[in-house]
Amino acid sequence: MSGASSDASTLANPRELDLGLPVSYLAEGHSVRSWLFTTDHKRIAILYALSITFFFFIGGAAATLVRLELFTPQGDVVGADTYNKLFSLHGIVMVWFFLIPSIPTTMGNFLLPLMIGARDLAFPKLNLISWYLNLAGGLLTLAAVLAGGIDTGWTFYVPYSTVFSNTFVTLAVLGVFVSGFSTIATGVNFIATVHYLRAPGMTWFRLPLFVWSMYTTSLIFVLATPVLALTLILVIAERTFGLPIFDPARGGDPILFQHLFWFYSHPAVYIMILPAMGVISEVITCYARRRIFGYSFMVYALVAIAVIGFFTWGHHMFTSGMSPFAALVFSFLSFIVAVPSAIKVFNWTATLYRGQIGFESPMLYALGFLGLFTMGGLTGLFLASVPIDVHVQDTYFVVAHFHYIMVGASVSAYFAGLHFWWPKVTGRMYPESWARFAALLMFFGFNLTFFPQFIAGYLGMPRRYYSYPPEFQVWNVLSSSGAAVLAVAYLMPLGYLTWSLFYGSRALNDPWNASGLEWRTTSPPPRQNFFGNPQVLAPPYDYHPEATPPGDEPRIAEEGALT
Amino acid sequence: MLDALIPAFLRPESASVQAAKVDAIFIGLLLISSAIVLLVVGLVVTFAIRFRRGSSAKRGEMPSLVSREFEIGWTAATLFIFLFIFWWAASIEIGAFSAPKDAIEIHVVGKQWMWKTQGPSGTREINELHVPVGAPVRLLLTSQDVIHSFYVPAFRLKRDALPYQQTETWFQATKTGTYHLLCTEYCGTDHSRMLGRVIVMEPQDYAQWLTKQPERDGLAELGERLFSERGCSGCHNAGSKVHAPSLAGIWGQSVPLEGGRTATVDEAYIRDSILQPQRDVVAGYEPIMPSYEGKLSDGEIQALTAYIRHGTDRFDLIGSLNLAPAQNICAPGETTQESAPNQSLRSPAMVPGAPASGDTPP
Repeated sequence: MSGASSDASTLANPRELDLGLPVSYLAEGHSVRSWLFTTDHKRIAILYALSITFFFFIGGAAATLVRLELFTPQGDVVGADTYNKLFSLHGIVMVWFFLIPSIPTTMGNFLLPLMIGARDLAFPKLNLISWYLNLAGGLLTLAAVLAGGIDTGWTFYVPYSTVFSNTFVTLAVLGVFVSGFSTIATGVNFIATVHYLRAPGMTWFRLPLFVWSMYTTSLIFVLATPVLALTLILVIAERTFGLPIFDPARGGDPILFQHLFWFYSHPAVYIMILPAMGVISEVITCYARRRIFGYSFMVYALVAIAVIGFFTWGHHMFTSGMSPFAALVFSFLSFIVAVPSAIKVFNWTATLYRGQIGFESPMLYALGFLGLFTMGGLTGLFLASVPIDVHVQDTYFVVAHFHYIMVGASVSAYFAGLHFWWPKVTGRMYPESWARFAALLMFFGFNLTFFPQFIAGYLGMPRRYYSYPPEFQVWNVLSSSGAAVLAVAYLMPLGYLTWSLFYGSRALNDPWNASGLEWRTTSPPPRQNFFGNPQVLAPPYDYHPEATPPGDEPRIAEEGALT
Repeated sequence: MLDALIPAFLRPESASVQAAKVDAIFIGLLLISSAIVLLVVGLVVTFAIRFRRGSSAKRGEMPSLVSREFEIGWTAATLFIFLFIFWWAASIEIGAFSAPKDAIEIHVVGKQWMWKTQGPSGTREINELHVPVGAPVRLLLTSQDVIHSFYVPAFRLKRDALPYQQTETWFQATKTGTYHLLCTEYCGTDHSRMLGRVIVMEPQDYAQWLTKQPERDGLAELGERLFSERGCSGCHNAGSKVHAPSLAGIWGQSVPLEGGRTATVDEAYIRDSILQPQRDVVAGYEPIMPSYEGKLSDGEIQALTAYIRHGTDRFDLIGSLNLAPAQNICAPGETTQESAPNQSLRSPAMVPGAPASGDTPP
């Protein structure tokens, strides 16, 4: 046991079971203290995974009640005020305590150092603090819910939130404010890590696309989140201390709030989708056994989305009475930001060409992502067109659109990544047929839930209505039925993944024959991540060597990835 | 002709000039998007089948030059398609931005949770708007409390109503009928009950409807202004410290007077009560009101009468309707004078402890 670990030049054999090697990070201490005071990026990732799973199911429970209420046109399950609090809870929890931290803080935390050959993130203690900040923010928001709830919607539009709402706005806003520091800290940490801790040979254009996606996401974390913090502080100042800032009755401007809010919240959509794009790039290449098509274009597309995404916020406000010329500028930029997303879709598709495609569960989730992201992206073009937006703004069309991106695409990618790296993280294999079934169920459940909402929205059903004109019922019944399917599909991984922790077969170090550096260590990895000092000799996705004959059993070039 | 592609039950009612244009570009975009979805899904499915693991399809590296050309090719193609859609949508938007000069002007005020509209000749409606077919209608919107949004799906029309600011939009109905009016900016408890109707009528029906509306001459507005300028509101408003009877909804009612008599509230009674307030004092009140003999002209008394007849509780919006937005925004720091009446304009339902149902339209 100690022999292998002391020999620093030995690398784990990718095909070997983790016998006789140093203990994994999971075995390094079993006390609660060893978890709550850990500075190991992998353990912090697990802490995040536990907290965001908790918040995901809280947000999901609220969504279930919302869909139950909308089954009939009358308000019969809950009252109007309760309904308003439910959709606000759903939005706030899902956006800030699930979607924004989801992929970066779990897979990003776990994999970023592994993928670039580092021992940990640049600032391990800051990493732990950011988890506590995130948890504190989430608990403050939950405290607001337990105290009686908040009914402003996740957008906190003024003057409703600052002057008119009689609910616990300040507490909930404070929760989001605190969690913002968590994302800023994570962003700083990731940027520093990518800049300074890359292994020898890991040049910028050899970074896996997942690392690029974490890097670009971190830039948005650091540049956009302070604007949210500022905006929320102003909301608290007006609501609690009566400072006249947004209240028009005292000379404030409610539209200013919308500009500030969306200046953060539009880039926040890219915070949710860029990491998903990173995950998909890793998964598709592995199961297609193919180098990513157009690596450099994929990198430029990520950077372009992160940069242009900062200049499109105004498309949320076409009907707020902005100047028609400003609206046209924002419309134009919104079309431009769609181009790099389209390039990515084409490149993923082209990556499949001449591959050796296998349909393991992560790949099913990834292919689902492709379809849902394409749908979500194209309906974004409808919303970027001013005349159509005027009709469908704040209707279910918008609700369906952003759920296709943020849930359809992002959450599919989250599950793709979760299944792909599960053996690496836990050292266990999950039951594959259950996982495939859940992937298919999630795809169908999702489409059944949200596709009818496009139609309801185009027919004119406004969002945030707890009772609605009866002609929209058929679409809501379809949608609510889909939500039931979706709920089952989301609960299934909770069951079989938990089962696998105890009864799953032991995972190989590299069960998928994947090419990334994270697979060149044991499953699960030891505290120090690698046994030797990894060195990178080849570009990423070294899957299908040149001139391999058809039908060849694809193998990674073992000596090419590392020495 | 294009909209024949979509089955009727998937098509929202289309009843304005704007609706036809929006639908045209919507269908165009739908066709382009469907083509792109078919292309992507088709390619993914084809590749997934043809290049599934173990299939005998030919594999090998593509020349890097081809990859690069592909990449530039579809980048350019997407950019071109997207710019084309932008140009198409923008040209419709620019062409339809300004209302024609001869448009009927209608003021709309959103308030938790109802819509108030005021037509060109002073016709007032709550949660309803009557307009003639075929005539352009310009809407000037504002709100009394939070942000609301005026949405008529059949017209593809939506514009936010902002407190203390004026926004505008316009439409031209093409079909008579009754259409949904919905609030689409979340505004609190009864957001989903802030509903109304837009009734599009033949021009002659509209003219006839107009003649049946009371108070077309702006008399009641003048009356409301007088009501506060001459100090009536100081005592007769709800919440006043002085003990005086409320005038809300008293028109046509019979009121008990001192000495066991009763009186019906009509023009004569109001006029008497203003000029000789000591004569018929409402039971339970002190005779403290001074006479306005010589202080009000006949016209002013008429205006006040019209205002009371229309119902003082339904007329709390005149100020925000008739003032230009700039006059309505107070500078920071000037709050002492301005904020008090503004505060009282807020819906009582949002005052903590007040019943939420008070303002709910039936």
